[in-house]
Amino acid sequence: MSTPTRAPERDPGRGSIATGAKRPGDGIFRGTATAAGTLILLTLAAVAAFLMWQSLPAFTTDDEIPRGSLTAYIGPLLFGTVLAAVIALVVATPVAVGIGLFISHFAPRRAAQGLGYLVDLLAAVPSIVYGIWGAVVLSQAMLPIYGWLADNLGFIPLFAGPASASGRTIFTAGLVLAVMVLPIITALARDIFLQTPRLHEEAALALGATRWEMIRYAVLPYARSGVVSAAMLGLGRALGETMAVALVLSVSNVVTFNLISNTNPGTIAANIALQFPEAAGVETNVLIASGLALFVITFLVNFAARWIVARSGVKA
Amino acid sequence: MTTTTGRTPQPSQDALAAIEQPLSKAALPRWAPWGVLAAAVVVALAVLLPGGTSVAAVAVLAGLLHLLLIGVVSRVKEGGRKAADRLVTALVTMAFLIAMVPLVSVVWTVVSRGAARFDATFFTYSMQGIVGEGGGGLHAIWGTVIVTLLATVISVPIGLMTAVYLVEYGGKSALSRAITFLVDVMTGIPSIVAGLFVVALFALLVGPRPRIALMGAIALSVLMIPVVVRSTEEMLKLVPNDLREAAYALGVPKWRTIVKVVLRTSLSGIATGVTLAVARVAGETAPLLLTVGLATRTNFDPLVGQIATLPVFAYYQYTQPGVPAQAGVDRAWTAALVLIILVMALNLVARLISRYFSPKGGR
Amino acid sequence: MAKLIDVSDLNIYYGSFLAVEDVSMTIEPRAVTALIGPSGCGKSTFLRSLNRMHEVIPDARVEGKVVMDGQDLYDKDVDPVSVRQHIGMVFQRPNPFPTMSIYDNVAAGVRLNAKRMRKKDMDDLVESSLRGANLWNEVKDRLDKPGMGLSGGQQQRLCIARAIAIRPSVLLMDEPCSALDPISTLAVEDLIAELKNEYTIVIVTHNMQQAARVSDQTGFFNLAAIGKPGRLIELDSTSTIFSNPSQKATEDYISGRFG
Repeated sequence: MSTPTRAPERDPGRGSIATGAKRPGDGIFRGTATAAGTLILLTLAAVAAFLMWQSLPAFTTDDEIPRGSLTAYIGPLLFGTVLAAVIALVVATPVAVGIGLFISHFAPRRAAQGLGYLVDLLAAVPSIVYGIWGAVVLSQAMLPIYGWLADNLGFIPLFAGPASASGRTIFTAGLVLAVMVLPIITALARDIFLQTPRLHEEAALALGATRWEMIRYAVLPYARSGVVSAAMLGLGRALGETMAVALVLSVSNVVTFNLISNTNPGTIAANIALQFPEAAGVETNVLIASGLALFVITFLVNFAARWIVARSGVKA
Repeated sequence: MTTTTGRTPQPSQDALAAIEQPLSKAALPRWAPWGVLAAAVVVALAVLLPGGTSVAAVAVLAGLLHLLLIGVVSRVKEGGRKAADRLVTALVTMAFLIAMVPLVSVVWTVVSRGAARFDATFFTYSMQGIVGEGGGGLHAIWGTVIVTLLATVISVPIGLMTAVYLVEYGGKSALSRAITFLVDVMTGIPSIVAGLFVVALFALLVGPRPRIALMGAIALSVLMIPVVVRSTEEMLKLVPNDLREAAYALGVPKWRTIVKVVLRTSLSGIATGVTLAVARVAGETAPLLLTVGLATRTNFDPLVGQIATLPVFAYYQYTQPGVPAQAGVDRAWTAALVLIILVMALNLVARLISRYFSPKGGR
Repeated sequence: MAKLIDVSDLNIYYGSFLAVEDVSMTIEPRAVTALIGPSGCGKSTFLRSLNRMHEVIPDARVEGKVVMDGQDLYDKDVDPVSVRQHIGMVFQRPNPFPTMSIYDNVAAGVRLNAKRMRKKDMDDLVESSLRGANLWNEVKDRLDKPGMGLSGGQQQRLCIARAIAIRPSVLLMDEPCSALDPISTLAVEDLIAELKNEYTIVIVTHNMQQAARVSDQTGFFNLAAIGKPGRLIELDSTSTIFSNPSQKATEDYISGRFG
């Protein structure tokens, strides 16, 4: 077994084919690669296990839980998390689809890549920067619009007002999230649009379709499920985004659909960021429990998005 | 088609006339969209100027007018189908321009406000003993470098080897499919949850609430590993099988083929992916807020004591600026500016690597 | 150093699919053996089984014996990597390593196996291999340039130089000219004629004229129907196969009646 597999310098013509020992390098390398992959499985299992472990006291404790019970604590936060993410998605998806089409089918060929890069730059801005920008610039810029909405569309519950004087509303937070998920959805949508089989497109054009008709009949049907899953991946990202919301929102932990007033629901992620550094005792466990809830929700959303992609067979 | 009856039905003359289209039709000149846009801007200015106005208001009104005008003009002159086409062209172009608004606004805001403290002091002083004005972010810059570097050191080997396993060894095995699926799931883990995980882990290992750089690095690794795996996997798949076979046919063992041929060939792509992954986690705030805390002086020990990082530094300088408040807020903006420059530079480096170091060839 | 290969009762599988059935043949040393036959008849699969490249494909396996020098290549203790050091291979499409220079490509077989060699010895090895592949005069002034920068025919000869640099006994060629223009094809065919003085050469080709031009013996592979395994119909000297084959199927194929 331990004999060398072959002579270091094989004499041309006289060497013979080595038999016996296997080379160790292959086994070691393969083992390392497999171990690395397995480590990832363990890490994810560990994330779930440790979060559960540490949130367990929140369920069993006799101590006072903030705001009475776990449900009363996490419920409004959950509501706010979903509300902000939905606002982000409703704003970002149409724009992202538009940009995706613009870059894939409308922009001049030579400029398209550069323009795509500009959109990608949006993803390169750190979340803390978006947060401060949202709190300082965007909320100010939105003030006149909130005022107008409250005055003219106040009969719609969403805009019931009274309009926030600081502009730091859940709607502003949703807009910041929209800007943050925009490059993600755009990049995926663009790739899917570009994957439309050239044959389908040319078939439509050969029938005398205008560019828009070609997109409507060839590109959009092909890309529909891909765009849906891109939006869901964006949703997963918006649900978990922390700093932008933590910096923008003035939180009062209510459940309300009023998007432009001073009283806003918080989000789970932002709440953890704001409370955790000073939390102690069972409050820590309650925060971790809320983190677990967030983990489960984003897991489900991402899972659904992947499932849609896998089912439709479009490569995202 | 049914061929049971002897006579095939013929479309009527009217129907044929409806299908028939002339080769040339009335069309708007090439400059029409620009002309309409100019008209829209002029009208918007004329309407809004008397009451005092802002750039934003003019842009919004001009945009809407442009949509309306181009639709109507094209419909009258070119017919409904062409009008729809022009309308959509205008809409998607606007979608792109809308996306540029926050980009320009963010960059402009950060640059203009961050410039105030973008000075030598900021890059040479920490916040040790600083109350009020002065001080700098040197400690935070070091902290970000240390934590990010540590995260890279942890993530790259694991991510790289996992990708090698998936592409070169795993095939369609159950383990390989499970890893692929969970890497996808990991990509979606909220960053704050990654932070919580590390807190929970260390609470179990070393007791309650330590805050050290290593924890932050592990939290960032949880976010970074899936990105590295994903990009490396794509790059390894791009290496043509021909090259692997060429090496095998030379009597090269599989692991050497992977290291010397496959990884070597995809090196620039992998480097690009890793750089982008570093750029992504370098700007992360939430997990660091929970795991590394903040310090006022430079801390080079990743195992002992809290450590300042640029994002967390910016966060606290903005939310708890001290007295006078403006000094803290200025420092926050400058920290944000440094962070943005750092991340954008990493992105640029990634593009340069992929452009100049990828293998060139005739194929 | 050229060696004789004895193949007996070889069955080649992809998973449970039998691709090549019951092949027995003797491959003569210092000669060119050409394998011809219609697409999908398993001649490339057979070729790849001769240096155990076949098993690089997942689930692929082989039954039977391939004996070289008294050693069954499919014996349990035989290291496939070592087999490939003795039996080199040239592929359908030229595949120089894109990250390496011309020099490094030729040196790759030695370097990738981490064998140490003095600079002078390596220079000599590279030169003799490139000369052996009839490429030296064309590239001697730009050895440090990327191998991918050469023309297709030059790239293929570079791959041949790379294969002979590890001093194999046998050289397998899988349609080495199918991606080349006529002039490059001629250059490679000339090279094959020279190489057979030193190596046992087995070449798979779609081009019957090429088989007639370069080979000493020719094997004809065929399959009964799509989905059925390929078989060796007959093997004989090239002149016999092309002038007076013993099997009807061979004659039909040679005269262009099918395939």
